[in-house]
Amino acid sequence: MSGLKRGSVAVVGAAESDLGQVAPHTSPVDLMAQATMRALDDCGLKLSEIDGVFSAATQVRTAPMTLSEYLRIKPGYFDGTTIGGSSFMTHVAHAQAAIEHGLCEVALIAYGSTQRSVSRAAASPREPNPYENPYRPFMPASAYAMAAARHMHQYGTTREQLAEVAVAARKWALLNPKAWEKEPLTVEQVLKSRMVSYPFTVRDCCLVVDGGGAVILTSAARAKSLKKKPAYVLGVGESLSHASISSMPDLTVSAAAVSGPKAFKMAGLKPSDINMLSLYDAFTITPLLFLEDLGFCPKGEGGRFVASGAIAPGGKLPVNTSGGGLSYCHPGMYGLLVIIEAVRQVRGECDKRQVKNCEVALAHGNGGVLSSQCTVLFGGPSTV
Amino acid sequence: MSDLMKQSPYGVFLDHCKKGELAYQVNADDGKAFFYPRVVAPVTGSEKIEWRVSKGLGTVYATTVVYTKDQPPHNVALIDVDEGFRMMSRVEEVDPLGVKIGMRVKVKMHPGDEKQPTYPVFTPAGGGK
Repeated sequence: MSGLKRGSVAVVGAAESDLGQVAPHTSPVDLMAQATMRALDDCGLKLSEIDGVFSAATQVRTAPMTLSEYLRIKPGYFDGTTIGGSSFMTHVAHAQAAIEHGLCEVALIAYGSTQRSVSRAAASPREPNPYENPYRPFMPASAYAMAAARHMHQYGTTREQLAEVAVAARKWALLNPKAWEKEPLTVEQVLKSRMVSYPFTVRDCCLVVDGGGAVILTSAARAKSLKKKPAYVLGVGESLSHASISSMPDLTVSAAAVSGPKAFKMAGLKPSDINMLSLYDAFTITPLLFLEDLGFCPKGEGGRFVASGAIAPGGKLPVNTSGGGLSYCHPGMYGLLVIIEAVRQVRGECDKRQVKNCEVALAHGNGGVLSSQCTVLFGGPSTV
Repeated sequence: MSDLMKQSPYGVFLDHCKKGELAYQVNADDGKAFFYPRVVAPVTGSEKIEWRVSKGLGTVYATTVVYTKDQPPHNVALIDVDEGFRMMSRVEEVDPLGVKIGMRVKVKMHPGDEKQPTYPVFTPAGGGK
């Protein structure tokens, strides 16, 4: 990944589709197309200018092809890399490579899901796995639950500390008018909610909603002439570790420990340079692992770190200011919305939840069962 | 050499299960055990693979309890088998929440049913922590 140039491209347009529970018979591609036009409107570019299409969706096997047909565009470059929720961070890296090499000029990354409307089982059917499926794990929750159990065993992390992640997310969500959840949440409520896969209750788990999003990237040179402040791509790092949880080498160490340093190296930055983090919070254990693996607190200290209030509004390290997958929205592969919040923070568009002087934001995507980890660092104009 | 016209890795594994055996593979070049069964050894790509039968003892590496609407809660665990490989399984004959990391366990075959062929589960072996 060191072949890419810091700041050579920028996100210039970013938008969500409608989120929550959409009208009956809405398709995932309807949501992608809606978000695409909103993202184009955000930057002032036209549909006909898109010449690179990057997409992945569990309900659309050939996402770049299907979306291109819907929009009647004929991109010269396309990429359907599908590695779960972090697919879109990978698309940012691949779009950067394509733009740098002149393979496309205006790249669209889009996602959509109707998993709330059609049910999770229908939106993301399980693949056959004769070595896991007989045991009926509730996937993906059970995989993350085992990682949490292991972290609790090795480091003394508690269910209360995990619950603090959900509580912090909810506090941020109450500052975001687009968030699904509208009521306050306490640690006690998290612990007393319906148990899903021990040690997780339903409040340790991400939301199941419909939704999607789109971002537009182009070269840094072109970005300067567009409507909004560019969010430059300062660094990217991608890593694959395993596919099934049985094959994860150490359940307490994610491949964010690989993707993070790659992104920081490319950007020439370190964790203390980051003003806010957008971390894929599929479950309460994930931000905790990523804070450790990305270098924001020592390994094993994540529980104590989040319990100190560090990641909540008013804390020293703002994390998931949108409210995250736990309280804002989680339409299946949520990574694109992780990116959108980081972009908005760098642009200063976050109103009540805006992080002051947010010049560098980190967007970290997670896919599968802690399987794929991809990190993107975005910076405002002062950083390039 | 594998011959997928004749047999598959899972097919061989399942044949062992039917005999009450937990089978795994070893890379003959470096002696390393691996699981799940494959046609080539991971990392090296070697096709010099030997099937072995485990003694069936292991230690719980990670554990959870799944709560479903219509059925009693059940355990799901990752087991570090003594021969040096990890697999997903279930620890039975104990309260699912009583399955603890570090617990010693011993394999037994679950008979399965018309949809699910026989598969290995574990029971407490005593010892461990």
